[in-house]
Amino acid sequence: MTPTRKKRLMLIVMVFLGVALATAIFLTAFKENIMFFKSPTEINAGDFPKQRNFRIGGMVKDQSLQRANDSLQVSFVVTDHAHDVTVTYQGILPDLFREGQGVVAIGQMNNDGVFHAEEVLAKHDENYMPPEAAAAVEAAKKYKEGSN
Amino acid sequence: MNKLVKLYHTLGSPPSFYRIAGYFLTPLLLLALGLTAYGLVDGLFFAPIDYQQKDAYRIIFVHVPSAWMSMFIYAMMGIAAIMAFVWRMKVAEAVMMASAPIGAAFTVITLVTGMLWGKPMWGTYWDWDARMTSELILLFLYIGVMAMYAAFDDDPRKAARLTALVAIIGLVNLPIIHYSVEWWSSIHQKSSVKLTGSTGIKDWDMLRPLLVMAFATKFYYGYSMLHRARSYLLHTESQKQWAQAALGLDTPKKQNKEQSNG
Repeated sequence: MTPTRKKRLMLIVMVFLGVALATAIFLTAFKENIMFFKSPTEINAGDFPKQRNFRIGGMVKDQSLQRANDSLQVSFVVTDHAHDVTVTYQGILPDLFREGQGVVAIGQMNNDGVFHAEEVLAKHDENYMPPEAAAAVEAAKKYKEGSN
Repeated sequence: MNKLVKLYHTLGSPPSFYRIAGYFLTPLLLLALGLTAYGLVDGLFFAPIDYQQKDAYRIIFVHVPSAWMSMFIYAMMGIAAIMAFVWRMKVAEAVMMASAPIGAAFTVITLVTGMLWGKPMWGTYWDWDARMTSELILLFLYIGVMAMYAAFDDDPRKAARLTALVAIIGLVNLPIIHYSVEWWSSIHQKSSVKLTGSTGIKDWDMLRPLLVMAFATKFYYGYSMLHRARSYLLHTESQKQWAQAALGLDTPKKQNKEQSNG
């Protein structure tokens, strides 16, 4: 490699490393802001913005969904298997909203410790399978629970 | 080793690159068209439905291969940019500039199909989570690369040199896109298909069309990129004898003679 080419290669390596370092510092500094949602554990520890909208994310707890008879009012519990947060919402839930599935809700935390959602988004996981396979997985899970 | 060095020098010279790339165009196009047709029919009609999303998940057969291509093409463009910047290779400049619009197109397809899927599944077209934001930045990088080149288009060599620098800096974004769903909490799901470890799609009838489409898009990129790179070389080298010959024009000398006669 000729000296000029070596110099050019060094130049782009330095520029690249510089930009990478600056980006890494930037992303670390704004880690909290890039985090899309807070987990129930963080909320339980009081680590959430007060009087301001933020997102909560986790699983909808099994058998926690309650619908009002005369309105679109629903309430459910979001859990990360360590802590629970009760969420209330008025409106139509997305198609993928299920108990035991991921969910992201946008809203505010009330003084009574209940999260009032203005918007509810379903979060899909990375698993795709045909219904028969899902049924088989479910059956195996039940069998395992039964034998315990 | 000598053979490799020779091949490198052969491919590095515009006339032989033009000639050799020409042989690959038709086979690549046929492979791309055939595999796309097979992959789409297999994915849209024969793959089983998903247990939760039913038929709506089938957008994965377009969305995921496009998303892979949007990053793969940027990586190819980045490698070409490094070669163009350090070695000032005309062929590398051609490959870099030929890749940019194709990558931008795949990025747009990724964003649009993702939004169309997001509305019924998540309940929103768009949200500023890390995956979506970094993919949008990728689109801006592609546009930046093309705009940078266009700004200096009176001097293609200088334009390519400056553009290469922008493309190289943009490489920082690739690992951010890939790991965005691991590093930060996001609404976008984690990767379903991984090179190592267990995948989230275990059913072969579901996975097969996805892999077929991944190959089909690679072949399409190969075809489209080589085609564009050949045009780029013809355009920038249009005064050279090989380009005139490739275009079927007579040599400039002869033309002048004829003109003076007439």
